[in-house]
Amino acid sequence: MDQQVKDLINNEITNNEVCLFMKGTPGAPECGFSMAISNTLKALEVNYKGINVLENESLREGIKEFSDWPTIPQLYIKNEFIGGSDIVKEIYENGELKKMLENKGINFKK
Amino acid sequence: MAMPLKEIETLIKEALPNAIVEIQDLVGDSNHYSATITSSDFSGKSKIEQHKMVYNSLKGKMGNELHALTIKTKE
Repeated sequence: MDQQVKDLINNEITNNEVCLFMKGTPGAPECGFSMAISNTLKALEVNYKGINVLENESLREGIKEFSDWPTIPQLYIKNEFIGGSDIVKEIYENGELKKMLENKGINFKK
Repeated sequence: MAMPLKEIETLIKEALPNAIVEIQDLVGDSNHYSATITSSDFSGKSKIEQHKMVYNSLKGKMGNELHALTIKTKE
């Protein structure tokens, strides 16, 4: 992977507590799976940064290698890779996501 | 980009021989699937590791030939 892409990803996940690599933007997701995580974060009123991988082909491929994860969207919380849409859905439904946000000191609607 | 259901099932079972694999073609286009995989091999592993085991079994097809596969893993 390009060092520039690696630096870009590292910057984003370090400077934003909650960071979603997605297709489209939080206001206009361009994929159902990206929309699903976006909606979950919105429902929890979590402040997050959405990064549109469709605007940057090397980022789109780079994030897959960076996380060793073949699909997009990808959610990072406090520098930690949390998962894709299936995992986020599951941990939202079983309450683990809220616990995780709480433990990591992220503000959300309780 | 499409991939037959049988092929997905075969690949997962090759990698996880004791798994119970249930796959649904969600819209009938051989491109959007949902899979539930139950295997004792998942025990003690994080969700991320479990999903990676499934992705690895698909040998790079996920995100390429295979557009969308919703995964649910159970121990």
